Amino acid sequence: MADNKFKLEIISPDRVFYTGEASMLELNTSEGQMGIYANHIPLTAVLVPGICTIHEDGGEKYAALHAGFIEILKDKITVLAEIAEWPDEIDKNRAEEARIRAERRLSGAGEENVNMLRAEMALKRALTRIGLAEHK
Amino acid sequence: MASMRDIKRRKESIQSTGQITKAMKLVATVKLQKARTRAEMSKPYFDHMYTTVASMLAKTGDIDYKYLKAGNSKKKAIIVITSNRGLAGGYNSNITKLITGGDIPKEDIVLYTVGNKGKDALSRRGYTIAGDYSDVINEPLYTDAMNIGEAVLKGFEADEFGEIYLAYTSFKNTVSHEPKLVKLLPIDKSAAGESSDGDLTLMNYEPEETQALDVIIPKYIYSLIYGALVEAVASENGARMQAMDSATSNADDMISSLTLMYNRARQGSITQELTEIIAGAEAIS
Repeated sequence: MADNKFKLEIISPDRVFYTGEASMLELNTSEGQMGIYANHIPLTAVLVPGICTIHEDGGEKYAALHAGFIEILKDKITVLAEIAEWPDEIDKNRAEEARIRAERRLSGAGEENVNMLRAEMALKRALTRIGLAEHK
Repeated sequence: MASMRDIKRRKESIQSTGQITKAMKLVATVKLQKARTRAEMSKPYFDHMYTTVASMLAKTGDIDYKYLKAGNSKKKAIIVITSNRGLAGGYNSNITKLITGGDIPKEDIVLYTVGNKGKDALSRRGYTIAGDYSDVINEPLYTDAMNIGEAVLKGFEADEFGEIYLAYTSFKNTVSHEPKLVKLLPIDKSAAGESSDGDLTLMNYEPEETQALDVIIPKYIYSLIYGALVEAVASENGARMQAMDSATSNADDMISSLTLMYNRARQGSITQELTEIIAGAEAIS
């Protein structure tokens, strides 16, 4: 294996989403956006909904990751995502609907905190999906 | 001896039952294959989750963490996974027995049930049922596992119960399934520590460890529940396939012995008729 590459595995509960070799991985963690090259220090970080970009030999691949965490070792990165989607698996109209619903709920005066949190998460997910769908 | 007509009728009824059990067996076989692939697909996620959590806990040392110690309440929550339909041999009753025959007293148990059969059997015996998620067992999704997990974690944090267990049938292979009662919370640290492979890479956490644990432990619980759900579905169909297979072969046995009886009765009636004719002819001459 060349030095500037690492093994990447993205696993979701219902399938192994992606396995392969990549030279760089970009994604969103709870601490902000992150770009990871090979030989990164060992790190475990928590994911937030966002678009993840996989840089591999043939070019770049995009995927939406919602919630989960990432484990980075020297030459191997494992992403455990609760939901992972490729651009062509996303129903843009549905995501758009979800966005409108979530925005309505958020603007409709915070009655209960739990619901607000949920709506916020739903909005983030919807925005990620829309962003990804437009990206391709 | 039963009359020819009775035997014939009996035989036909068994034959049609046999046809039904045979069809059910085929359906269960197909469903089993599907459920099995799903169970296998979820395995890598779960395995990795397990090693990550185990190594995290091994490194954090003896911290005073909410998910590592039992709550003050004496009550224990059990998530019971059974099926919505019967005719699966001992599948459902084995799980029920696990609860009723266990050493946790009935008054201390709070149940969260998945599957009508288990819910009905246990509520009839007077167990407290706090939540029911029976509609998810047909096709369990990860979000279903999250819903159940959220409900029990909420109860745990509110100190409604001090420990959480999971009762399900684990799927070893097509013919062997084992009812299991595993402890979800508090996490058994010694068990988790042993299995970590002792690699001493210094892992950094972002956010810091306890905060990361706050996020990762619930996910670990959800993945355990999800794993149990998909395995239970595979076991259910495996159990049904076996039960229906033996029912079909029993029906075949009964049909062959009834055929024998029927032929004997037919031969008997022919012999009797002949004797009567001969006796009649003799009387005339």
